[in-house]
Amino acid sequence: MTTSHNLVYLIALPLVSAAILLLLGRIADKWGHLLATLVSASTFAIAAIEFFSMRSRSGAARPAMQDLFTWISVGSFNVHASLLLDQLSICFVLLITGVGTLIHIYSIAYMSHDHDRRRFFAYLNLFVAAMLLLVLGDSYLNLYVGWEGVGLASYLLIGFWNQKPAYAVAAKKAFVANRVGDIGLSLAIMISFAQFGSVSFSGVEAGVPHASKAALTALGAMLLLAAAGKSAQFPLQSWLGDAMAGPTPVSALIHAATMVTAGVYLITRSHFVFDASPTAQTMVLIVGGITLLFGALVGTAKDDIKKALAASTMSQIGYMILATGLGPIGYAFAIMHLLTHGFFKAGMFLGAGSVMHGMNDEVNMRRYGAIGKVMPITAVTFGLGYLAIIGVPPFAGFYSKDKIIETAFNAGGSKGIIVGGAALLGAAITAFYMTRVIVLTFTGTKRWDDQVHPHESPSLMWIPMVILAVGSVASGFLFNSGHALVNWLAPVVNAAGHEEGKALMQPMTVSLLALGVVAVGVSIAILKYRTVPVDAPAGNILTKIVRRDLLQDDFNDRVLVRPGQALTNFFVRMDNSFIDGIVRGVGGIVAVSSTNLRKIQNGYVRSYALIMVVGVLALLTTIWMVTL
Amino acid sequence: MDISNYLYLSAILFTIGAVGVVVRRNAIVVFMCVELMLNAANLAFVTFSRINGDLVGQVASFFTMVVAACEVVVGLAIIVTMYRSRRSASIDDASLLKR
Repeated sequence: MTTSHNLVYLIALPLVSAAILLLLGRIADKWGHLLATLVSASTFAIAAIEFFSMRSRSGAARPAMQDLFTWISVGSFNVHASLLLDQLSICFVLLITGVGTLIHIYSIAYMSHDHDRRRFFAYLNLFVAAMLLLVLGDSYLNLYVGWEGVGLASYLLIGFWNQKPAYAVAAKKAFVANRVGDIGLSLAIMISFAQFGSVSFSGVEAGVPHASKAALTALGAMLLLAAAGKSAQFPLQSWLGDAMAGPTPVSALIHAATMVTAGVYLITRSHFVFDASPTAQTMVLIVGGITLLFGALVGTAKDDIKKALAASTMSQIGYMILATGLGPIGYAFAIMHLLTHGFFKAGMFLGAGSVMHGMNDEVNMRRYGAIGKVMPITAVTFGLGYLAIIGVPPFAGFYSKDKIIETAFNAGGSKGIIVGGAALLGAAITAFYMTRVIVLTFTGTKRWDDQVHPHESPSLMWIPMVILAVGSVASGFLFNSGHALVNWLAPVVNAAGHEEGKALMQPMTVSLLALGVVAVGVSIAILKYRTVPVDAPAGNILTKIVRRDLLQDDFNDRVLVRPGQALTNFFVRMDNSFIDGIVRGVGGIVAVSSTNLRKIQNGYVRSYALIMVVGVLALLTTIWMVTL
Repeated sequence: MDISNYLYLSAILFTIGAVGVVVRRNAIVVFMCVELMLNAANLAFVTFSRINGDLVGQVASFFTMVVAACEVVVGLAIIVTMYRSRRSASIDDASLLKR
């Protein structure tokens, strides 16, 4: 363990910048976006320096610590606000600051017509700070601060155009769904404190061997709930589609590349819990498997380009969660897919934003068509991202996704067949819906109105897209050459225990199988969308269900929202009638009795004398009767 | 003669006084009734003193007389002032306490 003094700047710089931009107000309008971008770039520079200095160290000296201050000190319970930069966090830090900086640059042009651009950049910087705190915290409590911070930033950015009520509702929905997951994380923190007397990662890891199976399963389940909330996994996935209400750079940064992958980080970081509890691990597998198919299916029916990409994000994170459920070797592949996904999905979102920018913010793909001719750079970068996500060699997704499918098949027994089959089916559907996006948007005949004049976006926008496209092409190969990423992460996730040899299928077989189903998916999509009607056809009952996000909102509405509202109404009525009745009743009795009692105060001396006489007589009678 | 007859007389006088205070409106008469009640009490004191064979009751009756004398001085002064200001000695007219 090495001591570092630079880690705090990673968080402090964007945080201070966000505060400056928000507090100065309109004064900062002219240069706010430049400051924010500069700050983001400098965090990337710090991250790069830290990365290279980490590479120059070896073995146990690689992780770096910075102890900031004692946060909580109660009896034997101590929490330090400490930052931990190890092999796992540096992957995230580079992704967040790198993709974050590119998206800052992109947003300068994308948001140039918005009079609130400064506020947008302030929120972006706030997000970067919170996300870095999330991945740098050395305990669950520190992570929790960042966890809530990114939730806040996500809420603010989804509702950035909150003058439209639907967008404000979308922001609220995301916040509430995240809150359900946050309950899981806070319960997990409480369980680990009760069980291990510590909330730091190292403290919990040290306590795991002595803990009971039931406690570990409960801890794992709560961590999974937290991950499901933040990463839009089943059953808390419904918010991600609506989160596309935010500006497109936000969708690219927060709802594709970084924040939604926090769940994968949480599970990978807590690998010791899941390794020790097969039940919790199986739950992870189930959630990941369901979500990857769920998201892929939803993606096939969306006409809104951003919602199609959001469904795809959900599905790809399903792959990562699935991989984390596969044991030690899975973690490294989950992180590899996370990083490659960060490149190609952010790139495709920026491409979608570029198309929208040229098409007067039209998002309906049925009104696109033949955009490849007028926006060549966007089309090429989007196309490279597309080849990466469907897993065509040698693009990034091929390496990362094939590894996950292969590991899934090799999980052993019927579990391996089911999980591997789901992953393979998911790959086929992914190929179908991504081809659909490409065909509907960039090829075919033009279906937009004549007054729309699509044009290629300015260089500030396409340069980040090109850089991300290069990442989508090359990152998979780089991560995989000589098992670079697996070996890099091995000290953190204990992947050393992985055994080769008892494989159900050889890597070559899996790759050919995957390429086969991908080819099928692509061909079906190309054949099906040779002609595209501008208005969506009615479709059969299945299509309708898929268009309604497989009824997830209807389910939530019927089962959770309405009974919840009914319960609330019941309590309101109880409060109004019963509780208020008691309070008002007591007051009423006092008022009525005092009104009546006041009547004996009539001011006549004779009546006072009479009352006194009667009183004395009553007293004497009482005494007489008692003594009798 | 039975000594308790004095006590009966005292009780009757007291009751007459009390009834008078309650039913009469004229302040002077009410005042006289109060005096009657005080003297009924005096009679009871003296009787008890006689029954017990000591002087405690006698002494108490002296105290009562002194208090009664003071009360007459102050009370009559009040009644005279009241009569001057409102041309009436009816105590029902003096009901300002209500407001």
